[in-house]
Amino acid sequence: MKHIKTINESTLNKDIKKAGCGECQTSCQSACKTSCTVANQKCERK
Amino acid sequence: MIHSFKIHGTYMVLDVMSGAVHQLDEVAYDVLGCYDENGVLNNDELKNLSRYNESEINEAIEEIEYLKKNHMLFTEDPYTQMLPGWAKQTVVKALCLHIAHDCNLRCGYCFAGTGEYMGHRSLMSLDVGKKAIDFLIENSGNRRNLEVDFFGGEPLMNFEVVKGIVDYARTREKETGKNFRFTITTNALLLDEDKRRYINENMHNVVLSLDGRKEVNDALRKRIDGTGSYDRVLPLARKMAEERGQQQYYVRGTFTRKNLDFGTDVLHLADLGFEQISVEPVVANKDSGLDIRAEDVETVCREYEHLAKEYVERRKNGQWFNFFHFMIDLEGGPCVAKRLRGCGSGTEYLAVTPEGELYPCHQFVGRKEFLLGNIYDGLNQNPVRDTFRNTNVYTKPRCNSCWAKFYCSGGCAANAWQFNSDIRIPYEIECELEKKRVECALWIKAQESSRLAGPAEN
Repeated sequence: MKHIKTINESTLNKDIKKAGCGECQTSCQSACKTSCTVANQKCERK
Repeated sequence: MIHSFKIHGTYMVLDVMSGAVHQLDEVAYDVLGCYDENGVLNNDELKNLSRYNESEINEAIEEIEYLKKNHMLFTEDPYTQMLPGWAKQTVVKALCLHIAHDCNLRCGYCFAGTGEYMGHRSLMSLDVGKKAIDFLIENSGNRRNLEVDFFGGEPLMNFEVVKGIVDYARTREKETGKNFRFTITTNALLLDEDKRRYINENMHNVVLSLDGRKEVNDALRKRIDGTGSYDRVLPLARKMAEERGQQQYYVRGTFTRKNLDFGTDVLHLADLGFEQISVEPVVANKDSGLDIRAEDVETVCREYEHLAKEYVERRKNGQWFNFFHFMIDLEGGPCVAKRLRGCGSGTEYLAVTPEGELYPCHQFVGRKEFLLGNIYDGLNQNPVRDTFRNTNVYTKPRCNSCWAKFYCSGGCAANAWQFNSDIRIPYEIECELEKKRVECALWIKAQESSRLAGPAEN
């Protein structure tokens, strides 16, 4: 495409039926302790 | 829902429901501005774009329509139907153990008073620690990965108990099939060689508190005798970071309205050789003189943008470091179910006091209306548990309409309660800062995904 460059394709809505296993890290344990920064957490299944 | 924005001369758009991110040229950005929230093009609005020639406009429309068709722009919400399943009863999977309600620093912004959390100075006993591990195992259902953070006050003031708890958890791990990950959050004052070795051998993550420049750190992070802590802490924290191979740790600072130029503190920490850095806004009372106020938001947002630019430059030129709030995993990040409710305080994540009381998180400790039980008798019937369980970005009106909801996951419940007396009403200043950080993080991704991404202004 000439005017738009895709940096990241659709990812959030993939495999949503498998979502919610709960094995991932609790975000507050990572560094913050005062704020939620969730989008950098790893999925344990990937 | 989409969010389009401009940063350092780069035009970008986030497709909220799919997580797709695109970089646009100016024509496409302006044409996209002619679409309504449902993705319908308003031809009257297009008439205001007479500065572009018709063929450019038509090309941009064609590209936008292609992305719509391929579910990468104006994607509809596919999650609503999944919410009931995701909102099912949760289990406890993480504990913040208050190993010491005492501290050897007297930081000016500490939410725990001077370590005692509105109570009395006390240390957790090994018996309480073991019982907390039992409580976690018993309440974790089928979850395998369990997390324990050793927190305070200052946990190194009670380090033998920390070691005893780790030993105990390892023995229970074998018999239960669970996998414990330990973290310790420390001011590093007592971080001698033996403790560092133990931590490196046993802790998944270490958070080392240091605010940045010496004058900034020492203005608020004072020792009991009133002197600054920087000179003592810095060499110990550096050793720890080096011994961990610059992995699985954070040097973690706090900024206040006394240093709204906190980007300089981040870069100072990077100059010192730290590669994993987190510097975060203070949570302080309105009358403290330290709290970030509405009139500071513009300055702080500008500082994040400035830092983002310097961040990209340094990482490109061999001075790589990681800034926690600019980290965003677009491809392998957590699922939407996780993103609905963020940290899980009050449900998956609980804090345990030295006496074994349970609270929604460390920030609520000592506030009796949030007492959720104790490790001996288990969780109580405090109705605030239901409030925590039923709160997510879809049930909070302000979050539901926000483009950043899948990145901040509704923000910090403790902040919301402190400023709005309701965990369901997010703290607006935190929201504004988080939105700017997400924009910066997406811009950084665009810059680092290709060096052809376009020149930065200024």
